[in-house]
Amino acid sequence: MHLVHRLHRSPTEEGVAISTSSASPTADSRRDDQGSAAVELQGITKRFPGVVANRDINMAVRRGQVHAVVGENGAGKSTLMKILYGMQRPDEGSISIEGREVSFHSPSDAIDAGVGMVHQHFMLADNLTVLENVVLGREPSRAGMLDFGAARRRIKEISDSYGLDVEADRLVEELGVGDRQRVEILKVLYRGAKILILDEPTAVLVPQEVDELFDNLRELTGEGITVLFISHKLDEVLAVADEITVIRRGTTVATVRPADVTARQLAELMVGSELPTPETRESTVTDIPVLRVEALTVRSLEGRALLEGVSFTIHQGEVLGVAGVEGNGQAELVEAIMGMRQLAGGTVSLADEDLTAWPTRRRREAGVGYIPEDRHRHGLLLDAPLWENRILGHQTEPPNVKGPWIDRAGARADTERIVRDYDVRTPSIDVLAAALSGGNQQKLIVGREMSGSPKVLIASHPTRGVDVGAQAAIWDHIRTARREGLAVLLISADLDELIGLSDSIKVILRGRLVADVDPAEVTPEALGSAMTGADEKV
Amino acid sequence: MSRLEPRKVAMTLAAPVIAIVFAALVTALVLAATGDPVWSTVTTVWDYGSKPRVIALTLNQATTYYLSALAVAIGFRMNLFNIGVDGQYRLAAFAAAVVGTSVSLPKPLHLLVIVLTAMLVGAMWAGVAAVLKVSRGVSEVISTIMLNAIATSLIAFLLSKVATDVAGSNNRGTDPIPESGHFPGIPLIPGSPLDSFGFIIVAVLAGIAYSVVLGRTRFGFDLRATGRSESAAVASGVSVKRMVLLSMLLSGAVAGLVGMPQLLGASYTYSIDFPAGLGFTGIAIALLGRNNAVGMALSAVLFAFLDASSVILDINDISKEIVLIMQGTIVLSVVVAYELVRRYSIAAEQRRVSRELASQGSPEREEVAT
Repeated sequence: MHLVHRLHRSPTEEGVAISTSSASPTADSRRDDQGSAAVELQGITKRFPGVVANRDINMAVRRGQVHAVVGENGAGKSTLMKILYGMQRPDEGSISIEGREVSFHSPSDAIDAGVGMVHQHFMLADNLTVLENVVLGREPSRAGMLDFGAARRRIKEISDSYGLDVEADRLVEELGVGDRQRVEILKVLYRGAKILILDEPTAVLVPQEVDELFDNLRELTGEGITVLFISHKLDEVLAVADEITVIRRGTTVATVRPADVTARQLAELMVGSELPTPETRESTVTDIPVLRVEALTVRSLEGRALLEGVSFTIHQGEVLGVAGVEGNGQAELVEAIMGMRQLAGGTVSLADEDLTAWPTRRRREAGVGYIPEDRHRHGLLLDAPLWENRILGHQTEPPNVKGPWIDRAGARADTERIVRDYDVRTPSIDVLAAALSGGNQQKLIVGREMSGSPKVLIASHPTRGVDVGAQAAIWDHIRTARREGLAVLLISADLDELIGLSDSIKVILRGRLVADVDPAEVTPEALGSAMTGADEKV
Repeated sequence: MSRLEPRKVAMTLAAPVIAIVFAALVTALVLAATGDPVWSTVTTVWDYGSKPRVIALTLNQATTYYLSALAVAIGFRMNLFNIGVDGQYRLAAFAAAVVGTSVSLPKPLHLLVIVLTAMLVGAMWAGVAAVLKVSRGVSEVISTIMLNAIATSLIAFLLSKVATDVAGSNNRGTDPIPESGHFPGIPLIPGSPLDSFGFIIVAVLAGIAYSVVLGRTRFGFDLRATGRSESAAVASGVSVKRMVLLSMLLSGAVAGLVGMPQLLGASYTYSIDFPAGLGFTGIAIALLGRNNAVGMALSAVLFAFLDASSVILDINDISKEIVLIMQGTIVLSVVVAYELVRRYSIAAEQRRVSRELASQGSPEREEVAT
């Protein structure tokens, strides 16, 4: 017995209506024999100061299946998984594991109940071997001495039976990302987990590694392990999941089978309305160069090249996208252009002026806007009110200052304008930046950096962690400014955003620009494979 | 502080009030434990402390404390821990005393030269720590502590070269500064035989300047931004090295003023009994006053009152170290209290923001299905 959900779109409505019928018997499940619920969540509600992260979550995960939980950033997926893993306690509702109601006070309770979690960011010690990492915290001992022999056998056993292909004695620092992830999975299985939570496991993987992971997941479920797969990448979810639960604004809105839905329908369920698209096809590119970067080279303290011979030109009205797996030199490129990093070689020029030797402030004054990747570290003073944050980065420009004095009235009035025009949801401009949600903080930053008509905008992940409405608004603002002649360097991990917004895309790999891609023709898959260096030209 | 909302004022006052009440309780417990009468001790101190002469004494001491706190606070606002105010003001006062005796100038000019010398020497001594930090990454905490020790030895050495016996005592010090270099006292407290330091005017002006420069100028904004988040300040175009250098120099210059009320208003000579340790009291006062110009003034008065009126305790056979216990407890508990209040107020603000947003327009209800 299980729930079946059908999905159809009503032609008369803007949104998507979901009709559900519960408990109708069907026999199409390929694992009906083991179809009982491994995990059942009922009425889970979790409130944080100011937000309801989860409300009335209901879902059932059947044993031996890959059950995907999808939702936008901030929809409440992570909170839900933290509840399931004992890191947070729900305010209301119940959790049942294998039909038994449980109450977790800490992750170790969850582990004891057979629930394990693989975090998005790996928690491995680089200078230890796979074996040592796996047993860390659960060291097997015999007569007070570490007994690695038994652990090694156990690891081999797990690795073989689930096809994980992990070598126990390799140092973790020698392993690639995909291998590390398998070590994390093995670590959890070693602790006896029968239910595996994977939090955005593909975020750090290139497409080929994703395929390998999916093979692993199929082996795991084949052996009776239940996998909860958190993601917001719909193609992947459709490819790997047996069932998909959609979370929107903190609550479960539907559970569907991949065969019954298209990626677009799923996306609309996640968003709750027609999808915004970042498409900007009509070209506004001119032949007037604005930002010119030539042979830019940046080295680490040890002399390793982080950026090597990077050259490009962005013209008025052009959005240049940089695609790449994170950590391939994008952050260094941005910091080099902003003057926050020592160059080993190369030049940066704005229009006809060489700004290579200029400090950050002079570059900003010359018209370089900057949306940093990490808004908390680089974009905001969290302990300061919004109007002071309006001044940040523009401390020398009107309307914020008059000579050496801060122009409070001017800055405040302009903050009001940004709050209005960019739809920053805040009761007043005197609240601390820390009190706003991530999306609203980001809108404030975008509004600030778009002020004073910059010539070029360096936008690093401009919509990361932002809800869909705010994302569409930010895209609109970038598009409008582009039409008015803004040159944009767009760095994003969201391939749809890159393809949709950019006039041209360059692929960055190990600090070098390795390929030019035409966004009008490329698919996310092709772009993804270019990012891994699978081929040099697309 | 552009909006004086009662809620915000209450939040601001909560931490120091909690700390002082807590410290008073601890002090009372200690008194009770040692068998001293708690209430009569309080009344004794209060009665003694409210005599005009002791009030004048309190005010004079507070003037010195306040300048010291300002010097420390300039560093604090930028996350710089200038522990070296102590060495800076002593070296500055010594140099100022030497310069003061060796030049003869008309009155206002003489005074000006002495004060500027003090500020310059203070800034230079702090500048050593600043240069070390900027060029070699040496923590200013370590270098200023060491510079304090070096200043002590340096002053002892130099004093042995220039010192003469102070008339009528076995004290040794620099020759007295001639009358043209004295800062005239003002009879501020009616009924007090003791004039207040004229330097109190300079202290008040310094407090106002501190407030205005930090709160209203670009420089102050850069300084505060660096203190709140160095990474964000760098991204906004602040040159952190330049700010470290400037703020350390500024802090040292203000530290140079700390010895001036005493030198120009009372002793007129730098002798071996010139007050030491004022830099550390300044740290405590800056902490209690939350680096706020008015808050530090009130804290300085509180500390000075406790110091000045504690004299009566010894006479009544109560150890006056009880005052040190109280001051220490205040500082410890205020640090904890500020952090608690800060966390609470951020959480409260987040709650308030979401509440006000929710009442502005509740999001449309959506169809929900399981």
